[in-house]
Amino acid sequence: MISSSPLYAKRRRRNAVTMALAYGATGLGLSWLVVILAVLVWEGVSGLSLAVFTEMTPPPGSAGGLLNPIAGSLVMTVIAVLIGTPLGILAGTYMAEYGRFDKLTTVVRFINDILLSAPSIVIGLFIYEVMVAQMGHFSGWAGAVSLAVIVVPVVVRTTEDMLLLVPDSLREAAASIGLPRSLMIQRVAYRAARAGMITGVLLAVARISGETAPLLFTALNNQFWSLNLNAPVSSLPVVIFQFALSPYKDWQSLAWTGALIITFAVLFLSIVARILAAQRKTS
Amino acid sequence: MQSGRQPVVDVALQGTGSLTVSQVDRAKVLQRLRLGDVAFRHLTRAAALLVLVILGGIIVSLIWGSLPALRAFGLSFLYEEVWNPVTEKFGAIAPIYGTVVTSLIAMLIAVPVGLFIALFLTELCPMWLRRPIGIAIELLAGIPSIIYGIWGLFVFAPFLQQHVQPFLISLFGDIPVFSTLFAGPPYGIGVFTAGLILAIMVLPFITSISRDVFEAVPPVLKEAAYGLGCTTWEVVRYVVLPYARVGVIGGIMLGLGRALGETMAVTFVIGNAHRISGSLLAPGTTISATIANEFTEAVGDLYTSALIALGLILFLITFIVLAIARLLLLRLNARVGG
Repeated sequence: MISSSPLYAKRRRRNAVTMALAYGATGLGLSWLVVILAVLVWEGVSGLSLAVFTEMTPPPGSAGGLLNPIAGSLVMTVIAVLIGTPLGILAGTYMAEYGRFDKLTTVVRFINDILLSAPSIVIGLFIYEVMVAQMGHFSGWAGAVSLAVIVVPVVVRTTEDMLLLVPDSLREAAASIGLPRSLMIQRVAYRAARAGMITGVLLAVARISGETAPLLFTALNNQFWSLNLNAPVSSLPVVIFQFALSPYKDWQSLAWTGALIITFAVLFLSIVARILAAQRKTS
Repeated sequence: MQSGRQPVVDVALQGTGSLTVSQVDRAKVLQRLRLGDVAFRHLTRAAALLVLVILGGIIVSLIWGSLPALRAFGLSFLYEEVWNPVTEKFGAIAPIYGTVVTSLIAMLIAVPVGLFIALFLTELCPMWLRRPIGIAIELLAGIPSIIYGIWGLFVFAPFLQQHVQPFLISLFGDIPVFSTLFAGPPYGIGVFTAGLILAIMVLPFITSISRDVFEAVPPVLKEAAYGLGCTTWEVVRYVVLPYARVGVIGGIMLGLGRALGETMAVTFVIGNAHRISGSLLAPGTTISATIANEFTEAVGDLYTSALIALGLILFLITFIVLAIARLLLLRLNARVGG
């Protein structure tokens, strides 16, 4: 019988081994997620208190909170989104609506995809050269602009993808009642693609809220309460970086708490984005 | 009959208003609409061009900033190992070496693991579990890099130092080549640890692209192979992988691009030593870690310029890798589309 031949047994053995490896690899991948989150919660929760959200970063050896970096991060993120989102949406609109078959669109899409995964520290250097070196000092504006440079490619990509999903019959219907093209895009296409475009913005926010590298030499850091965007502004990731590498126990535990806050904010944003995207698919 | 006296309603806001305005107003409104149309079109076009301007700006500003260093050291910047801010002698080979080696370690681990996870998700996993597990793996990509860094420094590196590295050192102690690669002492932090953390970080990218291209394999091909009596492994090895080859390589290159440019996680665990060491367990440095650590403290134009030159090298390397990845994935899309 075939099933008892040595060759068949060997093939089955090999299959069993590789399938076991597949199970093992998946287990390994999932366990990383669990281990990282568990350690974060374990180390971070103990430091979590109201003071974290109401007090300034302390000097070494005393208690304090993370109010100024949290506020700095929020302000710079909001400005980055305010700058980056309209630009990204407009660019994505050109690619999907006007220049769908243009050479320009192909080139922009290609470059945009590369910018999407370009090292963020290089973007920090770019903004340093363009803004910090020209103005002569580090500033919150420079930090916000470097984050905006990261927002643009994310929004361009999702806007184009989502607009391409809008059925052309909607566009034709709008054109047939005499709606100019720009109004057709703003009233019909944007409305149909809204959920997807919001997803893109959420993903962009999730991406920049943990970004550290581009802020290191643009916004720098600030020990005190300051939302003056012409001066260095503190941000959560940079404070985590500084505190975690310090020898002081208080600072290290604040770094863990900050890490916990960022991670759960980011995970929350990406899960909301996914739910929105999933709704769009089913409807 | 009295239409001329009616207030001009903004047609742009109320489409039906145009029925009541006079011919003159109508012409005006149409004129305005036409202008708005042209303006919007040019606005979007300008925004699309802005993407190209950003890329151009990055390249020009990096070249501009690195000119002093490139003028001072010429090509020797690329192969000199010395990095001395005091005497202002800089060479980039140690950070380049660290960047390449950590990324290689990451790929050696993440590629097989990522492919096996993709295999599991497309061939073995029950339908109802596919989405949750896929999302969980992708959430790994969402965790910010600095979190991997702090976790790596306080949890992973001590664990490796106490449990894994002594074992590796004694295991390979008598085997030539490997005994150099895994020469002690176990620091915990170093090139090897950085490579492992990078592997975890790029795993989701490789997994999700591989899964997508595996799923794009026409079921009829797989069913034909199963019908001939192939085992699952044989179907994957001889049908799925050859069919998905281009996409998988694209995904791997994308992961490699990420690994090369990754900054914060590596900065925490690499040890920041400007030297090339034969042992993987020794501290080293990468391009991005060097910039992150030293840029704000760099005094003197030449020092700053040398760091920007490092950034230029990093950008060129990742640009080439990412461009290859995108070209491969584009080819794949063209095939699937046609």
